[in-house]
Amino acid sequence: MADTFTTTFDQAQSYVGTRTVRPDGLDKVTGRARFAADFDLPGQLVGRVLRSPHPHARIVSIDTSKAEALPGVKAVITRDDFPDQSSEFVPAGEMMMNYRDVVRNVLAREKVLYEGHAVAAVAATSVAIAKKALKLIDVTYEVLPHVIEVREAMAPNAPLLHEDLFTVGVEPKPDRPSNVAKRIEIGHGDIDAGFAKADVVVEREFNTAPVHQGYIEPHAALASTSEDGSAEIWCTTQGHFIVRAHCARLLGMDIGKVRVTASEIGGGFGGKTVVYLEPLAVALSKKAKRPVKMVMSREEVFKSSGPTSGANVKVKIGAKKDGTFVAAWAELKYQAGAFQGSPVQPGVMCAFAPYDIENVKVIGYDVVSNRPKVAAYRAPGAPISEFAVESVVDEIAKKLDIDPVELRLQNAAHEGTKAAYGPKFGPIGLEETLRSVKKTDHYTTPLQPWQGRGVASGFWFNIGGETCVSITVNEDGTVSLMAGTPDIGGLRASLANVAADELGVPYDKVRPIIGDTGSVGFNFLTGGSRSAFSGSMAVVEAAKQIKDDLCRRAAKLWEMQPDQVEFVNGYVKPIKENDKAKPMSVADMAKVAGKTGGPIGGVGRINAQGAGPSFGTHLVDVEVDPETGRVTILRYTMAQDAGKALHPSYVEGQFQGGAAQGIGWALNEEYIYGPDGKLQNAGFLDYRMPVASDVPMIDAIIVEVPNPRHPYGVRGVGETPIVPPMAAIGNAIEQATGIRFSELPMSPPKVLKALKEKGLNKPVTGTGTNGGSGKHKH
Amino acid sequence: MAKHHVTATVNGDEVEFLCETEETLLDVLRDQLHLTGSKEGCSSGDCGACSVTLDGRLVCSCLVLGCEVGGRSIQTIEGMAAGERLHPLQQKFLEHAALQCGICTPGFLVAGKALLDRNREPTETEIRYWLAGNLCRCTGYDKIVKAVMDTAAEMRRG
Amino acid sequence: MRYEAPESLDTAVALLAGAKGDARVLAGGTDLLVQMRSDVVEPELIVDIKKVPETRAIAKENGGWRVGAAVTGAELREHSEVRATWPGVVEAANLIGSTQIQGRATMGGNLCNGSPAADSVPALIAAGAIAAVAGPKGRREIPVEDVMIGPRKLSLAKGEFLVSFFLPPRPKGSGDAYLRFIPRTEMDIAVVGAGVNLTVDGSGVVTAARVSLGAVAAKVLLVPDAAQAIVGSRLDAPAQERLEAAARAACRPIDDKRGTVEFRTQVAGVLTRRAALIALERARGH
Repeated sequence: MADTFTTTFDQAQSYVGTRTVRPDGLDKVTGRARFAADFDLPGQLVGRVLRSPHPHARIVSIDTSKAEALPGVKAVITRDDFPDQSSEFVPAGEMMMNYRDVVRNVLAREKVLYEGHAVAAVAATSVAIAKKALKLIDVTYEVLPHVIEVREAMAPNAPLLHEDLFTVGVEPKPDRPSNVAKRIEIGHGDIDAGFAKADVVVEREFNTAPVHQGYIEPHAALASTSEDGSAEIWCTTQGHFIVRAHCARLLGMDIGKVRVTASEIGGGFGGKTVVYLEPLAVALSKKAKRPVKMVMSREEVFKSSGPTSGANVKVKIGAKKDGTFVAAWAELKYQAGAFQGSPVQPGVMCAFAPYDIENVKVIGYDVVSNRPKVAAYRAPGAPISEFAVESVVDEIAKKLDIDPVELRLQNAAHEGTKAAYGPKFGPIGLEETLRSVKKTDHYTTPLQPWQGRGVASGFWFNIGGETCVSITVNEDGTVSLMAGTPDIGGLRASLANVAADELGVPYDKVRPIIGDTGSVGFNFLTGGSRSAFSGSMAVVEAAKQIKDDLCRRAAKLWEMQPDQVEFVNGYVKPIKENDKAKPMSVADMAKVAGKTGGPIGGVGRINAQGAGPSFGTHLVDVEVDPETGRVTILRYTMAQDAGKALHPSYVEGQFQGGAAQGIGWALNEEYIYGPDGKLQNAGFLDYRMPVASDVPMIDAIIVEVPNPRHPYGVRGVGETPIVPPMAAIGNAIEQATGIRFSELPMSPPKVLKALKEKGLNKPVTGTGTNGGSGKHKH
Repeated sequence: MAKHHVTATVNGDEVEFLCETEETLLDVLRDQLHLTGSKEGCSSGDCGACSVTLDGRLVCSCLVLGCEVGGRSIQTIEGMAAGERLHPLQQKFLEHAALQCGICTPGFLVAGKALLDRNREPTETEIRYWLAGNLCRCTGYDKIVKAVMDTAAEMRRG
Repeated sequence: MRYEAPESLDTAVALLAGAKGDARVLAGGTDLLVQMRSDVVEPELIVDIKKVPETRAIAKENGGWRVGAAVTGAELREHSEVRATWPGVVEAANLIGSTQIQGRATMGGNLCNGSPAADSVPALIAAGAIAAVAGPKGRREIPVEDVMIGPRKLSLAKGEFLVSFFLPPRPKGSGDAYLRFIPRTEMDIAVVGAGVNLTVDGSGVVTAARVSLGAVAAKVLLVPDAAQAIVGSRLDAPAQERLEAAARAACRPIDDKRGTVEFRTQVAGVLTRRAALIALERARGH
């Protein structure tokens, strides 16, 4: 594939960049759209999972005989129904995982490693019987001491999760196992020399509590198997090809015999890039010889899926008086959960990526502990490390009395900057986002006492990856487009925009669907901000094949050479005007498809390269109630580089959604564990995600610095938005209160405690009644 | 244990069903009446994805028992459009791109309509507090609130 | 699991009194169904009291208001007279949960669920509300502050259930208010709740007051010391300080996933003062 592209921009009606109505929208506003729990098959059974009540225990025995004997129970499975897997690392979204760990996470083998760890599963004819059956399964546990917090897990005498886990990346190799799976390090330059040159050095330590992706749709899967060893699965997933691969591998089936259909997906954010219920549903269905449907409860989602890491982060930055950063160091310790594989690697890579710094060193530790195995969560690893870095950058700005945007502009990475993790940046839009934000009237609106303004920038690399899109031109000239990455947030609309422009057909004549694994070639999952980037690239490729083919067919019809025919603005026409050869539209050609060679179509099969990073800058105003510690978000503005916004509404949607998640992460979301290692807030009541009244309008500015390696200049946008909010809010709170918070979430008890320690928790003068519920007018 | 025999009206149609005491209205709608537009996000009344109206009152159907609704009138998302004609709020959600994954959308539409049925001039704050029982994780609420405000304006224009 | 929906008080009492296993009253169901779903309770009998007319009525009575125990928060909000007379009680009932919850939740259920963090209870206690209870031995009245004796523990006997609340007649120059602290803006269980009800005379001096605190002890508290702190004052700054101190002193909270002892105590004082000032504004307005 050529690295540079030309595109057909000079056409009558262009859809790319416009706000078309999404094709799957009608089904979603009428309740017709089918999510995984909405599917049923005749004869289906209810599947339920028995989960560990202990955060850490050896499984001494599992006796399922009483459950199997219960009338209405058609199958019971345990670890014995899954062959063990040898150690092999495979990509799981933007992280790596090991099949040996996957099979153990799906069903515990030697030990249970977190409260909620699956131990057995049943399929029964009703919910009541399934619940009863679970109670009849006898598991004998040898309870072990547990450890959860990352620094505690790293301590020398911490309870050990895996006897065969020896830290990789340290010299000499350790001779004793520990909970530290890996140590990594990146950097360039001479860090000590750098700090020696600095006029000001700021060093801070931060702790962040673990959070969950918070998708509203729980995991759900329906599996139906056949006697010839084939299986059909309907599930909510970000990657149905990945589900296929995992189920085939875990159950020893041929990949070609497993057909997975991705339902509409009710949110994922990285949390649905791995398998939980699917292999269980297939195994149960095989045993019961009937379809099995499994749906997680909300409690199971919190306890037994893949929330992200809690972490401890140390950051040290040195700068000269004029603001130039001369040295940057960070040490990150991330929880991986029960099995290795936290996003500490991307966290390390992203930490200082927005800046051009001569001397950088970042160290990271991947640490296991007794909580669920973490899965990806939107820009995995980066929100944590960049929260810490952007907070320290803010502190330096204040120490040097330099405007925080100007300080960032001064040190901003730009085209040609060598990132700390290796590559040189091509054209990037960080400076543009900084300037955009500074130009807003938000930036200069005056603030009242106890209000503060904060700014922070963020970065995510984005990925490309294996993508397959097929386009078919139907007999009536309508266009069927089949993509293979589940549509989480408007992908079908974006791809339809591109296909319509490429083929010069009206938008509403393009029908995009997401094909199942049997219908379209391999696609890597939706994640890494890749689906619009890679999908559109594959659409261009498929469309090109169609256009070339149409030219050949027209040439035959007109008795010319193919190189005398061109495709422009939706028409094949002779390059030199010719009475005998009138231009023909795609629809015209479709009518004569049979005569000219058969069905018309193209398949874009690519491994998309050239993903461009997306930078963003966020600006937030907060108000702090000094008597209660409540932080209110007053105003939010963000600018992010999309390269080219294929569909501006859905680009804005990604911006706003990521920002809202960041607001929750900053202020109220956290996993609260008791001393018994059990999760205390496994529901939406006490796991506090932002509601509509918690956030203001989020003003989204789309910056477009085209990515030269994509035909339309597209950059992935989905992940960067969650990276800056926590630091932006922390920086704003600092301005409002004079206090720098180094722990997430910055919840009211913490804020009030800090204010009280400084004697600042006094009423705002002139009022006695500030605060209270905003909806009641006093 | 005998099941309860219940007749009620759903989206204007008379329906009949049998249910156990512990089955919720949400269970009945989805599993018995095959109206899967109302979604189960939490089963504890904290997310609003199961929102319906019961005799015109906005409620979480996961917090109503099936056996409680005998003789009552229920409106779900499936009854919001009038045949092929979308309710203005549904149309505005599409125009404003007020949905991404769409799982929370039925709940928001039912809740939003319940607001507009009572109040044709809601302020942004009133909209946000009315909808605080509907969780959305994708959109950050911005376009949802704008869609409701735009619908109210359009409905006021008549 | 049996479900019964009696249409008379006596039938309801008979069902509850005669139940062999665990019997639960169903009003709005916004607590009961959640507990059933998560297997916290497994009742054998559910008695839906919503068809008993007394539990659903709102009527003037002897200069006060009788509000049925199964009247929903939304219905209360839509009753303009009760809202005008007792804005604190009505706003408290309408802070429970969300719009959807308020469409079903009742003050009776809120009280009888037995959570010290219940939103409507501090407002009811501050109002001096009396609970009317029916049981196998007949009817009786209990001040609301004596109904909940501990978390999930009520002073009701087997077979008894709450029928209605009586809100006493309102002297001129009275006002009430309820404030709560939650970390978000909606949806959370109160970390602290403060209900204040007071009466001022023509010259602006507080002649009577009741203060109630929620979520800071094993039950919702009536805090006579806090009331004493402001009676006879104009709620000036020193009175406000006394009020805050008395509120703080009454707190016996716990550390849990919603708040710390320190936080609850501190904020209890703040909210009591703020609620008192709102009540004062409302009292002057009348």
